[in-house]
Amino acid sequence: MAALIARVVPIPPVRGRGWLLVERNLMVYRHDWLVLVSGFFEPLFYLLSIGVGIAPLVGNFQVGGHAVSYPAFIAPAMLAASAMNGAIADTTYNLFFKLKYAKLYDAVLATPLRPVDIATGEICWALIRGGLYSAAFLLTMLALGLVFSWWAVLALPAAVLVGFAFAAAGMAGTTFMRSWQDFEFISLAILPMFLLSATFFPLSTYPPVVRLLVELTPLYHGVALLRALTLGTPSWQLLVSVAYLAAMAGVSLWVSSRRIGRVLLK
Amino acid sequence: MGALIEARGLTKRFDSFVAVAGIDVDVFRGEVFGFLGPNGAGKSSTMRMIGCVSPVSSGTLRVLGMDPAVDGPRIRARLGVCPQENWLDEELTVRENLLIYGRYFGLPRRTLADRAAELLAFVQLTDKADAQVADLSGGMKRRLTIARALVNEPEIMLLDEPTTGLDPQARHLVWDRLIQLRQEGVTLVLTTHYMDEAEQLCDRLVVMDGGTIVAEGSPLDLIRAHATREVVELRFVAGRQQALAAEVADLADRVEVLPDRVLLYTQDGDAAANAVHQRGLSPPGILVRRSSLEDVFLRLTGRTLVD
Repeated sequence: MAALIARVVPIPPVRGRGWLLVERNLMVYRHDWLVLVSGFFEPLFYLLSIGVGIAPLVGNFQVGGHAVSYPAFIAPAMLAASAMNGAIADTTYNLFFKLKYAKLYDAVLATPLRPVDIATGEICWALIRGGLYSAAFLLTMLALGLVFSWWAVLALPAAVLVGFAFAAAGMAGTTFMRSWQDFEFISLAILPMFLLSATFFPLSTYPPVVRLLVELTPLYHGVALLRALTLGTPSWQLLVSVAYLAAMAGVSLWVSSRRIGRVLLK
Repeated sequence: MGALIEARGLTKRFDSFVAVAGIDVDVFRGEVFGFLGPNGAGKSSTMRMIGCVSPVSSGTLRVLGMDPAVDGPRIRARLGVCPQENWLDEELTVRENLLIYGRYFGLPRRTLADRAAELLAFVQLTDKADAQVADLSGGMKRRLTIARALVNEPEIMLLDEPTTGLDPQARHLVWDRLIQLRQEGVTLVLTTHYMDEAEQLCDRLVVMDGGTIVAEGSPLDLIRAHATREVVELRFVAGRQQALAAEVADLADRVEVLPDRVLLYTQDGDAAANAVHQRGLSPPGILVRRSSLEDVFLRLTGRTLVD
Protein backbone atom coordinates (compact mmCIF):
# COMPACT_ATOMS: atom_id res chain seq x y z
CA MET A 1 0.00 0.00 0.00
CA ALA A 2 2.71 2.42 1.00
CA ALA A 3 4.63 1.53 -2.13
CA LEU A 4 1.59 2.20 -4.25
CA ILE A 5 1.05 5.60 -2.67
CA ALA A 6 4.72 6.38 -3.17
CA ARG A 7 4.35 5.58 -6.85
CA VAL A 8 1.17 7.52 -7.39
CA VAL A 9 1.98 10.57 -5.26
CA PRO A 10 5.25 12.21 -6.24
CA ILE A 11 6.83 12.29 -2.80
CA PRO A 12 10.08 14.24 -2.88
CA PRO A 13 13.12 12.25 -1.76
CA VAL A 14 13.58 14.59 1.18
CA ARG A 15 10.93 16.04 3.38
CA GLY A 16 11.81 18.09 6.41
CA ARG A 17 15.26 16.85 7.24
CA GLY A 18 15.98 19.64 9.67
CA TRP A 19 16.27 17.22 12.56
CA LEU A 20 19.52 15.93 11.04
CA LEU A 21 21.10 19.20 12.17
CA VAL A 22 19.83 18.38 15.66
CA GLU A 23 21.53 15.02 15.35
CA ARG A 24 24.73 16.76 14.32
CA ASN A 25 24.62 19.10 17.31
CA LEU A 26 23.96 16.21 19.67
CA MET A 27 27.06 14.54 18.25
CA VAL A 28 29.10 17.66 19.00
CA TYR A 29 27.79 18.02 22.55
CA ARG A 30 28.49 14.39 23.31
CA HIS A 31 32.11 15.50 23.43
CA ASP A 32 31.57 18.37 25.82
CA TRP A 33 28.32 17.83 27.64
CA LEU A 34 29.62 20.06 30.44
CA VAL A 35 28.98 23.06 28.21
CA LEU A 36 25.40 21.86 27.92
CA VAL A 37 25.02 21.47 31.67
CA SER A 38 26.42 24.93 32.37
CA GLY A 39 23.37 26.43 30.70
CA PHE A 40 21.20 25.31 33.63
CA PHE A 41 22.96 27.52 36.11
CA GLU A 42 22.76 31.02 34.73
CA PRO A 43 19.05 31.60 35.38
CA LEU A 44 19.30 29.82 38.73
CA PHE A 45 21.97 32.24 39.87
CA TYR A 46 19.76 35.15 38.94
CA LEU A 47 16.88 33.64 40.84
CA LEU A 48 18.97 32.95 43.93
CA SER A 49 20.64 36.35 43.96
CA ILE A 50 17.32 38.11 43.73
CA GLY A 51 15.35 35.70 45.89
CA VAL A 52 17.88 35.63 48.71
CA GLY A 53 19.43 39.04 48.37
CA ILE A 54 16.89 41.49 47.07
CA ALA A 55 13.52 40.00 48.05
CA PRO A 56 13.72 40.91 51.77
CA LEU A 57 14.43 44.54 50.81
CA VAL A 58 11.35 44.72 48.58
CA GLY A 59 8.65 42.82 50.44
CA ASN A 60 5.29 41.86 48.97
CA PHE A 61 3.31 43.82 46.45
CA GLN A 62 0.07 43.70 44.53
CA VAL A 63 -0.37 42.12 41.13
CA GLY A 64 -3.92 42.01 39.74
CA GLY A 65 -5.34 42.30 43.23
CA HIS A 66 -3.17 39.52 44.72
CA ALA A 67 -0.34 39.96 47.15
CA VAL A 68 2.76 38.50 45.55
CA SER A 69 6.23 38.02 46.99
CA TYR A 70 9.08 39.50 44.98
CA PRO A 71 10.67 36.13 44.13
CA ALA A 72 7.29 34.85 42.89
CA PHE A 73 6.99 37.97 40.76
CA ILE A 74 10.45 37.83 39.31
CA ALA A 75 10.95 34.07 38.79
CA PRO A 76 8.68 33.76 35.70
CA ALA A 77 10.37 36.84 34.23
CA MET A 78 13.76 35.18 34.69
CA LEU A 79 12.36 32.11 32.99
CA ALA A 80 11.24 34.18 30.00
CA ALA A 81 14.51 36.13 29.89
CA SER A 82 16.63 32.98 30.02
CA ALA A 83 14.55 31.41 27.25
CA MET A 84 15.28 34.54 25.23
CA ASN A 85 18.99 34.68 26.05
CA GLY A 86 19.56 30.99 25.35
CA ALA A 87 17.79 31.18 22.02
CA ILE A 88 19.66 34.33 21.02
CA ALA A 89 23.05 32.87 21.94
CA ASP A 90 22.42 29.72 19.91
CA THR A 91 21.16 31.43 16.80
CA THR A 92 23.40 34.50 16.65
CA TYR A 93 27.03 34.01 17.72
CA ASN A 94 27.02 30.24 17.26
CA LEU A 95 25.19 30.44 13.99
CA PHE A 96 27.31 33.24 12.58
CA PHE A 97 30.44 31.23 13.25
CA LYS A 98 29.06 28.16 11.51
CA LEU A 99 27.74 30.26 8.63
CA LYS A 100 30.77 32.41 7.89
CA TYR A 101 33.81 30.69 9.32
CA ALA A 102 33.26 26.97 9.80
CA LYS A 103 31.41 26.84 6.45
CA LEU A 104 29.30 24.12 7.98
CA TYR A 105 26.21 24.97 5.97
CA ASP A 106 28.05 25.16 2.67
CA ALA A 107 28.95 21.51 3.16
CA VAL A 108 25.42 20.69 4.31
CA LEU A 109 23.87 22.29 1.24
CA ALA A 110 25.90 20.00 -1.03
CA THR A 111 23.68 17.20 0.30
CA PRO A 112 19.91 16.92 -0.30
CA LEU A 113 19.26 19.30 2.59
CA ARG A 114 17.84 22.73 1.81
CA PRO A 115 18.15 26.16 3.48
CA VAL A 116 14.79 25.70 5.16
CA ASP A 117 16.08 22.45 6.72
CA ILE A 118 19.06 24.31 8.16
CA ALA A 119 16.82 27.04 9.58
CA THR A 120 14.30 24.66 11.14
CA GLY A 121 17.02 22.27 12.31
CA GLU A 122 19.08 24.86 14.15
CA ILE A 123 16.00 26.46 15.68
CA CYS A 124 14.76 23.05 16.73
CA TRP A 125 18.06 22.42 18.45
CA ALA A 126 17.91 25.77 20.24
CA LEU A 127 14.39 24.91 21.44
CA ILE A 128 15.26 21.44 22.68
CA ARG A 129 18.16 22.81 24.62
CA GLY A 130 16.17 25.80 25.87
CA GLY A 131 13.25 23.54 26.75
CA LEU A 132 15.50 21.43 29.00
CA TYR A 133 16.75 24.50 30.83
CA SER A 134 13.22 25.85 31.19
CA ALA A 135 11.98 22.55 32.59
CA ALA A 136 14.78 22.49 35.14
CA PHE A 137 14.03 26.08 36.07
CA LEU A 138 10.33 25.36 36.52
CA LEU A 139 11.12 22.40 38.77
CA THR A 140 13.36 24.64 40.84
CA MET A 141 10.54 27.18 41.13
CA LEU A 142 8.23 24.41 42.25
CA ALA A 143 10.74 23.30 44.89
CA LEU A 144 11.10 26.87 46.14
CA GLY A 145 7.31 27.28 46.40
CA LEU A 146 7.10 29.80 43.59
CA VAL A 147 4.47 27.97 41.53
CA PHE A 148 0.88 28.69 42.53
CA SER A 149 -1.36 26.97 40.01
CA TRP A 150 -1.78 24.03 37.67
CA TRP A 151 -1.70 26.58 34.87
CA ALA A 152 2.06 26.40 35.35
CA VAL A 153 2.07 23.16 33.36
CA LEU A 154 1.58 25.39 30.31
CA ALA A 155 4.57 27.48 31.30
CA LEU A 156 6.95 24.99 29.66
CA PRO A 157 5.40 25.17 26.16
CA ALA A 158 5.04 28.93 26.67
CA ALA A 159 8.75 29.24 27.48
CA VAL A 160 9.53 27.20 24.37
CA LEU A 161 7.36 29.58 22.35
CA VAL A 162 9.33 32.53 23.73
CA GLY A 163 12.51 30.70 22.72
CA PHE A 164 11.10 29.97 19.26
CA ALA A 165 10.28 33.63 18.62
CA PHE A 166 13.72 34.83 19.68
CA ALA A 167 15.63 31.97 18.04
CA ALA A 168 13.99 32.66 14.70
CA ALA A 169 14.42 36.42 15.01
CA GLY A 170 18.05 36.02 16.06
CA MET A 171 18.69 33.77 13.11
CA ALA A 172 17.03 36.14 10.67
CA GLY A 173 19.11 39.02 12.06
CA THR A 174 22.32 36.99 11.88
CA THR A 175 21.93 36.38 8.16
CA PHE A 176 22.26 40.14 7.69
CA MET A 177 25.40 40.46 9.83
CA ARG A 178 28.58 41.38 8.02
CA SER A 179 31.09 41.10 10.88
CA TRP A 180 31.31 40.50 14.63
CA GLN A 181 30.95 44.25 15.21
CA ASP A 182 27.38 44.09 13.97
CA PHE A 183 26.48 41.96 16.99
CA GLU A 184 26.51 45.14 19.05
CA PHE A 185 23.07 45.75 17.58
CA ILE A 186 21.80 42.55 19.13
CA SER A 187 23.07 43.49 22.59
CA LEU A 188 21.55 46.90 22.02
CA ALA A 189 18.15 45.30 21.49
CA ILE A 190 18.39 42.55 24.11
CA LEU A 191 19.77 44.32 27.16
CA PRO A 192 17.16 47.11 27.45
CA MET A 193 14.45 44.54 26.86
CA PHE A 194 15.84 42.36 29.63
CA LEU A 195 16.00 45.25 32.08
CA LEU A 196 12.84 47.11 31.18
CA SER A 197 10.15 44.70 29.89
CA ALA A 198 8.31 44.54 33.18
CA THR A 199 10.86 41.97 34.27
CA PHE A 200 12.07 43.49 37.54
CA PHE A 201 9.11 45.76 38.31
CA PRO A 202 5.46 45.93 37.18
CA LEU A 203 4.32 47.71 34.06
CA SER A 204 2.24 50.11 36.14
CA THR A 205 5.44 51.82 37.24
CA TYR A 206 5.73 53.48 33.84
CA PRO A 207 3.94 56.58 32.52
CA PRO A 208 1.34 55.65 29.84
CA VAL A 209 3.48 56.50 26.79
CA VAL A 210 6.42 54.38 27.92
CA ARG A 211 4.00 51.65 28.94
CA LEU A 212 2.75 51.44 25.39
CA LEU A 213 6.29 51.21 24.11
CA VAL A 214 7.13 48.38 26.52
CA GLU A 215 3.96 46.55 25.52
CA LEU A 216 5.25 46.44 21.96
CA THR A 217 8.38 44.44 22.87
CA PRO A 218 8.33 40.67 22.49
CA LEU A 219 9.92 39.99 25.87
CA TYR A 220 7.11 41.88 27.58
CA HIS A 221 4.65 39.40 26.09
CA GLY A 222 6.83 36.47 27.10
CA VAL A 223 7.03 37.73 30.68
CA ALA A 224 3.31 38.49 30.85
CA LEU A 225 2.51 35.00 29.59
CA LEU A 226 4.79 33.12 31.97
CA ARG A 227 3.94 35.26 34.96
CA ALA A 228 0.21 34.72 34.51
CA LEU A 229 0.72 30.98 34.17
CA THR A 230 2.95 30.46 37.21
CA LEU A 231 0.93 32.84 39.40
CA GLY A 232 -2.28 31.23 38.17
CA THR A 233 -3.86 34.45 36.89
CA PRO A 234 -4.55 33.72 33.21
CA SER A 235 -6.79 35.95 31.08
CA TRP A 236 -7.96 36.07 27.48
CA GLN A 237 -5.43 38.82 26.89
CA LEU A 238 -2.71 36.18 26.98
CA LEU A 239 -3.89 34.94 23.62
CA VAL A 240 -2.68 38.24 22.16
CA SER A 241 0.76 37.51 23.60
CA VAL A 242 0.70 33.99 22.19
CA ALA A 243 -0.33 35.29 18.76
CA TYR A 244 2.33 38.00 18.89
CA LEU A 245 5.11 35.49 19.67
CA ALA A 246 3.85 32.92 17.16
CA ALA A 247 3.69 35.52 14.40
CA MET A 248 7.19 36.72 15.24
CA ALA A 249 8.45 33.12 15.09
CA GLY A 250 6.70 32.34 11.81
CA VAL A 251 7.76 35.45 9.94
CA SER A 252 11.34 35.23 11.21
CA LEU A 253 11.60 31.57 10.25
CA TRP A 254 10.45 32.39 6.74
CA VAL A 255 12.94 35.27 6.47
CA SER A 256 15.74 33.05 7.83
CA SER A 257 15.18 30.31 5.28
CA ARG A 258 15.11 32.78 2.43
CA ARG A 259 18.19 34.61 3.65
CA ILE A 260 20.26 31.47 4.25
CA GLY A 261 19.49 30.50 0.67
CA ARG A 262 20.38 33.98 -0.52
CA VAL A 263 23.66 34.11 1.38
CA LEU A 264 24.93 30.61 0.60
CA LEU A 265 23.44 29.69 -2.77
CA LYS A 266 25.09 32.38 -4.86
CA MET B 1 22.97 7.31 -24.25
CA GLY B 2 22.61 10.94 -23.24
CA ALA B 3 25.12 12.96 -21.31
CA LEU B 4 25.09 12.91 -17.51
CA ILE B 5 25.79 16.61 -17.52
CA GLU B 6 24.58 18.73 -20.39
CA ALA B 7 25.04 22.50 -20.53
CA ARG B 8 23.99 24.82 -23.34
CA GLY B 9 24.82 28.49 -23.26
CA LEU B 10 25.40 28.11 -19.51
CA THR B 11 25.94 31.54 -18.00
CA LYS B 12 26.63 32.87 -14.50
CA ARG B 13 26.41 36.56 -13.74
CA PHE B 14 27.16 38.33 -10.47
CA ASP B 15 25.60 41.77 -10.85
CA SER B 16 27.47 43.14 -13.84
CA PHE B 17 30.34 40.63 -13.70
CA VAL B 18 30.04 37.64 -16.02
CA ALA B 19 31.82 34.66 -14.45
CA VAL B 20 30.69 32.07 -16.99
CA ALA B 21 29.79 33.38 -20.44
CA GLY B 22 27.61 30.88 -22.23
CA ILE B 23 29.47 27.56 -22.33
CA ASP B 24 28.40 24.25 -23.89
CA VAL B 25 29.57 21.12 -22.10
CA ASP B 26 28.70 17.41 -22.23
CA VAL B 27 30.01 14.93 -19.69
CA PHE B 28 29.35 11.24 -20.31
CA ARG B 29 29.08 8.34 -17.90
CA GLY B 30 32.34 6.85 -16.74
CA GLU B 31 34.67 9.52 -18.03
CA VAL B 32 37.01 11.85 -16.21
CA PHE B 33 36.26 15.35 -17.38
CA GLY B 34 38.42 18.35 -16.55
CA PHE B 35 37.93 22.09 -16.41
CA LEU B 36 41.34 23.62 -16.86
CA GLY B 37 42.03 27.29 -16.53
CA PRO B 38 43.72 30.08 -14.61
CA ASN B 39 42.20 31.54 -11.44
CA GLY B 40 39.05 33.48 -12.25
CA ALA B 41 38.37 31.57 -15.46
CA GLY B 42 34.92 30.51 -14.25
CA LYS B 43 35.74 26.90 -13.32
CA SER B 44 34.43 27.00 -9.78
CA SER B 45 31.29 28.91 -10.75
CA THR B 46 30.58 26.22 -13.33
CA MET B 47 31.15 23.49 -10.75
CA ARG B 48 28.82 25.19 -8.28
CA MET B 49 26.07 25.35 -10.87
CA ILE B 50 26.54 21.67 -11.68
CA GLY B 51 26.50 20.92 -7.95
CA CYS B 52 23.09 22.63 -7.69
CA VAL B 53 24.27 25.18 -5.13
CA SER B 54 24.33 28.16 -7.46
CA PRO B 55 21.38 29.19 -9.62
CA VAL B 56 21.96 29.34 -13.37
CA SER B 57 21.73 32.94 -14.67
CA SER B 58 20.81 31.90 -18.21
CA GLY B 59 21.19 29.00 -20.60
CA THR B 60 20.19 25.45 -19.79
CA LEU B 61 21.74 22.84 -17.54
CA ARG B 62 20.68 19.24 -17.06
CA VAL B 63 22.38 17.05 -14.49
CA LEU B 64 21.46 13.36 -14.45
CA GLY B 65 18.63 14.32 -16.78
CA MET B 66 17.13 16.79 -14.31
CA ASP B 67 16.95 20.55 -13.97
CA PRO B 68 18.88 21.85 -10.92
CA ALA B 69 16.37 24.67 -10.43
CA VAL B 70 13.56 22.14 -9.94
CA ASP B 71 15.22 18.99 -8.64
CA GLY B 72 18.24 20.31 -6.71
CA PRO B 73 17.89 17.99 -3.69
CA ARG B 74 17.15 14.97 -5.90
CA ILE B 75 20.26 15.62 -8.01
CA ARG B 76 22.48 16.36 -5.01
CA ALA B 77 21.44 13.02 -3.52
CA ARG B 78 23.40 11.37 -6.36
CA LEU B 79 26.43 13.70 -6.42
CA GLY B 80 29.61 13.59 -4.39
CA VAL B 81 31.19 16.99 -3.86
CA CYS B 82 34.76 17.70 -2.86
CA PRO B 83 34.90 21.49 -2.42
CA GLN B 84 38.10 23.48 -2.76
CA GLU B 85 38.31 24.34 0.95
CA ASN B 86 37.10 20.96 2.29
CA TRP B 87 34.50 22.43 4.65
CA LEU B 88 34.89 19.57 7.08
CA ASP B 89 33.02 19.69 10.37
CA GLU B 90 35.83 20.72 12.71
CA GLU B 91 33.76 20.12 15.82
CA LEU B 92 33.57 16.41 15.07
CA THR B 93 36.04 13.55 14.75
CA VAL B 94 37.14 12.01 11.47
CA ARG B 95 34.69 9.11 11.70
CA GLU B 96 31.84 11.32 12.89
CA ASN B 97 32.31 13.52 9.84
CA LEU B 98 31.50 10.55 7.63
CA LEU B 99 28.64 9.36 9.81
CA ILE B 100 26.81 12.65 10.00
CA TYR B 101 27.37 13.42 6.32
CA GLY B 102 25.82 10.09 5.44
CA ARG B 103 22.89 10.94 7.69
CA TYR B 104 22.37 14.18 5.72
CA PHE B 105 21.78 11.89 2.73
CA GLY B 106 19.20 9.99 4.74
CA LEU B 107 21.27 6.81 5.05
CA PRO B 108 20.57 4.53 8.00
CA ARG B 109 23.11 4.47 10.84
CA ARG B 110 23.74 0.74 10.54
CA THR B 111 24.79 1.08 6.89
CA LEU B 112 26.94 4.06 7.71
CA ALA B 113 29.00 2.39 10.41
CA ASP B 114 30.28 -0.15 7.88
CA ARG B 115 30.63 2.35 5.08
CA ALA B 116 32.61 4.78 7.22
CA ALA B 117 35.07 2.00 8.07
CA GLU B 118 35.45 1.06 4.39
CA LEU B 119 35.93 4.65 3.29
CA LEU B 120 38.50 5.36 5.99
CA ALA B 121 40.45 2.33 4.80
CA PHE B 122 40.11 3.51 1.20
CA VAL B 123 41.70 6.89 1.98
CA GLN B 124 44.16 5.40 4.50
CA LEU B 125 42.81 7.18 7.54
CA THR B 126 41.72 4.17 9.59
CA ASP B 127 44.16 4.91 12.40
CA LYS B 128 42.93 8.52 12.52
CA ALA B 129 39.27 7.56 12.87
CA ASP B 130 38.90 9.08 16.31
CA ALA B 131 41.16 12.09 15.77
CA GLN B 132 39.77 15.60 15.75
CA VAL B 133 39.62 17.03 12.25
CA ALA B 134 41.49 20.15 13.31
CA ASP B 135 44.55 18.00 14.08
CA LEU B 136 44.84 16.51 10.58
CA SER B 137 47.42 17.58 8.01
CA GLY B 138 46.30 19.23 4.77
CA GLY B 139 46.64 16.00 2.83
CA MET B 140 44.66 14.02 5.40
CA LYS B 141 41.87 16.60 5.37
CA ARG B 142 41.74 16.34 1.61
CA ARG B 143 41.49 12.56 1.75
CA LEU B 144 38.78 12.78 4.37
CA THR B 145 36.88 15.18 2.12
CA ILE B 146 37.12 12.68 -0.70
CA ALA B 147 35.87 9.92 1.58
CA ARG B 148 33.03 12.15 2.72
CA ALA B 149 32.05 12.85 -0.88
CA LEU B 150 31.80 9.10 -1.46
CA VAL B 151 29.56 8.35 1.50
CA ASN B 152 26.37 8.31 -0.63
CA GLU B 153 28.00 6.20 -3.39
CA PRO B 154 27.63 9.02 -5.93
CA GLU B 155 27.28 8.58 -9.67
CA ILE B 156 29.11 11.80 -10.36
CA MET B 157 31.88 13.19 -8.24
CA LEU B 158 32.71 16.89 -8.45
CA LEU B 159 36.24 17.79 -7.36
CA ASP B 160 37.25 21.43 -7.21
CA GLU B 161 41.05 21.61 -7.36
CA PRO B 162 41.53 18.26 -5.63
CA THR B 163 45.27 18.56 -5.06
CA THR B 164 45.92 22.27 -4.68
CA GLY B 165 48.21 22.90 -1.74
CA LEU B 166 49.22 19.27 -1.23
CA ASP B 167 52.77 17.95 -1.08
CA PRO B 168 53.85 15.48 -3.82
CA GLN B 169 53.19 12.36 -1.73
CA ALA B 170 49.72 13.49 -0.79
CA ARG B 171 49.00 14.45 -4.39
CA HIS B 172 49.95 11.04 -5.70
CA LEU B 173 47.85 9.33 -3.07
CA VAL B 174 44.84 11.43 -4.11
CA TRP B 175 45.51 10.67 -7.78
CA ASP B 176 45.71 6.94 -7.07
CA ARG B 177 42.35 7.05 -5.35
CA LEU B 178 40.75 9.01 -8.16
CA ILE B 179 42.07 6.59 -10.76
CA GLN B 180 40.68 3.73 -8.70
CA LEU B 181 37.27 5.43 -8.56
CA ARG B 182 37.27 5.90 -12.29
CA GLN B 183 37.98 2.20 -12.74
CA GLU B 184 34.96 1.51 -10.57
CA GLY B 185 32.85 3.51 -13.01
CA VAL B 186 32.36 6.76 -11.08
CA THR B 187 32.15 9.76 -13.40
CA LEU B 188 34.64 12.36 -12.23
CA VAL B 189 34.45 16.05 -13.01
CA LEU B 190 37.36 18.09 -11.76
CA THR B 191 38.88 21.53 -12.02
CA THR B 192 42.58 22.12 -11.89
CA HIS B 193 45.27 24.50 -12.92
CA TYR B 194 47.89 21.79 -12.82
CA MET B 195 48.71 20.50 -16.30
CA ASP B 196 50.28 17.27 -15.11
CA GLU B 197 47.12 16.55 -13.15
CA ALA B 198 44.95 17.11 -16.21
CA GLU B 199 47.26 14.98 -18.35
CA GLN B 200 47.34 12.18 -15.79
CA LEU B 201 43.67 12.01 -14.98
CA CYS B 202 41.45 13.49 -17.66
CA ASP B 203 39.97 11.63 -20.60
CA ARG B 204 38.60 14.86 -21.90
CA LEU B 205 38.91 18.45 -20.84
CA VAL B 206 38.02 21.99 -21.70
CA VAL B 207 40.33 24.94 -21.27
CA MET B 208 38.50 27.94 -19.83
CA ASP B 209 39.62 31.55 -19.86
CA GLY B 210 37.59 34.61 -18.96
CA GLY B 211 34.38 32.61 -18.60
CA THR B 212 34.51 30.97 -22.01
CA ILE B 213 35.81 27.68 -23.37
CA VAL B 214 38.87 28.31 -25.53
CA ALA B 215 39.66 24.70 -26.42
CA GLU B 216 38.43 21.20 -25.79
CA GLY B 217 39.49 17.61 -26.43
CA SER B 218 41.66 14.89 -24.94
CA PRO B 219 45.03 16.02 -23.55
CA LEU B 220 46.72 14.52 -26.61
CA ASP B 221 44.29 16.21 -29.03
CA LEU B 222 44.95 19.54 -27.42
CA ILE B 223 48.70 19.14 -27.61
CA ARG B 224 48.43 18.18 -31.27
CA ALA B 225 46.12 21.03 -32.11
CA HIS B 226 47.72 23.84 -30.16
CA ALA B 227 51.37 22.98 -29.75
CA THR B 228 54.10 21.38 -31.83
CA ARG B 229 55.32 17.89 -31.08
CA GLU B 230 58.51 19.01 -29.37
CA VAL B 231 59.98 22.02 -27.65
CA VAL B 232 63.63 23.09 -27.52
CA GLU B 233 64.52 25.23 -24.52
CA LEU B 234 67.61 27.38 -25.01
CA ARG B 235 69.15 29.04 -21.98
CA PHE B 236 71.22 32.07 -22.79
CA VAL B 237 72.96 34.60 -20.62
CA ALA B 238 70.36 37.06 -19.41
CA GLY B 239 69.81 40.07 -21.64
CA ARG B 240 70.77 38.37 -24.90
CA GLN B 241 67.55 36.45 -25.51
CA GLN B 242 65.87 39.01 -27.74
CA ALA B 243 68.82 39.28 -30.14
CA LEU B 244 69.39 35.53 -30.30
CA ALA B 245 65.73 34.78 -30.79
CA ALA B 246 65.90 36.62 -34.10
CA GLU B 247 68.82 34.42 -35.20
CA VAL B 248 66.95 31.17 -34.55
CA ALA B 249 63.47 32.27 -35.56
CA ASP B 250 63.57 30.38 -38.86
CA LEU B 251 64.37 27.06 -37.11
CA ALA B 252 60.96 26.70 -35.46
CA ASP B 253 57.24 26.96 -36.13
CA ARG B 254 57.02 29.44 -33.30
CA VAL B 255 59.49 31.13 -30.98
CA GLU B 256 58.76 32.40 -27.51
CA VAL B 257 61.10 34.59 -25.47
CA LEU B 258 61.03 34.24 -21.68
CA PRO B 259 63.20 36.13 -19.18
CA ASP B 260 65.65 33.24 -18.79
CA ARG B 261 65.25 31.23 -21.98
CA VAL B 262 64.03 31.03 -25.54
CA LEU B 263 61.52 28.33 -26.51
CA LEU B 264 61.48 26.83 -30.00
CA TYR B 265 58.25 25.03 -30.88
CA THR B 266 59.08 22.47 -33.54
CA GLN B 267 58.17 19.05 -34.96
CA ASP B 268 61.75 17.81 -34.66
CA GLY B 269 63.55 19.02 -31.56
CA ASP B 270 66.90 17.29 -32.19
CA ALA B 271 67.18 18.76 -35.67
CA ALA B 272 66.48 22.24 -34.37
CA ALA B 273 68.99 21.81 -31.54
CA ASN B 274 71.67 20.68 -34.03
CA ALA B 275 70.96 23.65 -36.24
CA VAL B 276 71.43 25.98 -33.28
CA HIS B 277 74.86 24.40 -32.62
CA GLN B 278 75.85 24.61 -36.30
CA ARG B 279 75.21 28.34 -36.24
CA GLY B 280 77.80 28.57 -33.48
CA LEU B 281 75.35 29.95 -30.92
CA SER B 282 76.11 27.25 -28.33
CA PRO B 283 73.86 28.29 -25.46
CA PRO B 284 75.06 27.23 -22.01
CA GLY B 285 71.89 25.16 -21.52
CA ILE B 286 69.84 23.29 -24.08
CA LEU B 287 66.94 20.91 -23.51
CA VAL B 288 64.80 19.01 -25.98
CA ARG B 289 61.47 17.83 -24.58
CA ARG B 290 58.03 16.69 -25.69
CA SER B 291 55.52 19.48 -25.55
CA SER B 292 53.03 19.29 -22.71
CA LEU B 293 49.62 20.52 -21.83
CA GLU B 294 51.33 23.39 -20.08
CA ASP B 295 52.55 24.72 -23.43
CA VAL B 296 49.00 24.50 -24.75
CA PHE B 297 47.62 26.18 -21.70
CA LEU B 298 50.03 29.08 -21.74
CA ARG B 299 49.54 29.50 -25.46
CA LEU B 300 45.77 29.68 -25.05
CA THR B 301 45.49 31.68 -21.86
CA GLY B 302 48.62 33.81 -22.11
CA ARG B 303 51.48 34.33 -19.71
CA THR B 304 50.09 37.42 -18.11
CA LEU B 305 49.09 36.99 -14.51
CA VAL B 306 45.35 36.93 -14.10
CA ASP B 307 44.28 37.20 -10.51
